[in-house]
Amino acid sequence: METLAFTFDGGRTLPPFAPALVGVVASGNLEVLLEPAQEASCRVVVDTSARGFGAIWEAVLRDFHARHGVAGLLVSIHDMGATPAVVSLRLDQALAAIAGAGEET
Amino acid sequence: MSWSFAEMSARERLAAVVDAGSFHEWLPPSERVTSPHLAQLGVPAAFDDGVAVGRALLAGRMIFVAAQEGEFMGGGVGEVHGAKLVGMLQRALRDRPAAVVVLAESGGVRLHEANAGLIAVSEVMRALLDVRAAGIATVMLIGGANGCFGGMGIVARCADTVVMSDIARHAMSGPEVIESSNGAGEFDSRDRALVWRTTGGKHRWLTGDCDALVDDDPAMFRAAAIAALDTHRPMTLEALKHESALLQRRIDLDAGSADAFELWTRLGVVDAQTVPDLDAAEVRARRPAAVAALANGAA
Repeated sequence: METLAFTFDGGRTLPPFAPALVGVVASGNLEVLLEPAQEASCRVVVDTSARGFGAIWEAVLRDFHARHGVAGLLVSIHDMGATPAVVSLRLDQALAAIAGAGEET
Repeated sequence: MSWSFAEMSARERLAAVVDAGSFHEWLPPSERVTSPHLAQLGVPAAFDDGVAVGRALLAGRMIFVAAQEGEFMGGGVGEVHGAKLVGMLQRALRDRPAAVVVLAESGGVRLHEANAGLIAVSEVMRALLDVRAAGIATVMLIGGANGCFGGMGIVARCADTVVMSDIARHAMSGPEVIESSNGAGEFDSRDRALVWRTTGGKHRWLTGDCDALVDDDPAMFRAAAIAALDTHRPMTLEALKHESALLQRRIDLDAGSADAFELWTRLGVVDAQTVPDLDAAEVRARRPAAVAALANGAA
């Protein structure tokens, strides 16, 4: 297992929200937990079963931050070898879950 | 749109079974109560250790509820996972909800956690029996794609009511376990039709092992759970003797039979060969009157 941590500065700080969990820790899948954070940045902590993919994680997460520009956010990930596309979709799903809390998603 | 209960995640199922928006979780993912064993083995943990527990409303009545995530470690019960179930059950003894409902999907003990997992499962059994003995309805909903096997298979049979879908499976040893210990001649785990007619919901219904057979539909699981809220089967000496007699009758009836088809026929199921092709509603109507009477007699 490998633990990676990234911080992306800039972006709009999200209004307060309840923590949200999407996805499942299963082969080719991952779970993403979003929580509000004090810092005006987006911090991401990844536990992954696949070693040696730090550069790809950074690219995928940088793309997420560029697309959504959100801050005040802690993203915690448990990964079991998901592909970059699956990771991006889960991250988008997690943001949609906190945006649409209380609505059908 | 109709959802497949089997294909939903544990949290999706939970939300669909209880009254909308009523679930209050204990030890939610943000608490990070995760498995210490998996971390030592270098395996990623899950924030909820594969089970969500809490309280909710069901048809307006307070229940305690748990949902196991079969995709994480096959729903295996580890030390934390088991402790969350036990804590919920022990809290039920204190707070006396109308029922404890478990959405079970598990291969049994999480092998990574060895003895800690085994002890956890035995504690879950004991706690569930305590809740049942306290007169709180205990309900197992079995409809996940991985079925309900091993230690959780036993836990399920400790409950007042077992609800299964026609595509659900419930047994002690899983197909691969039987094949690897006794050979493919004994049980071919790749023969899916054989696996389902030996462990599947239709078989459990026709033999009286489950109390309700529903479609693979969360609305039907919800309705069955509501119907079970007032079902209590006290574990008296008489009830246990009755259960024992039922099991003996099963052994006698099954003597020399090589396949579930034969057992169904001996039980009085009409046109047993056609059962695998029937939907849940048709199979519900096929349960022999004698089996229904015996199953009800155990109540």
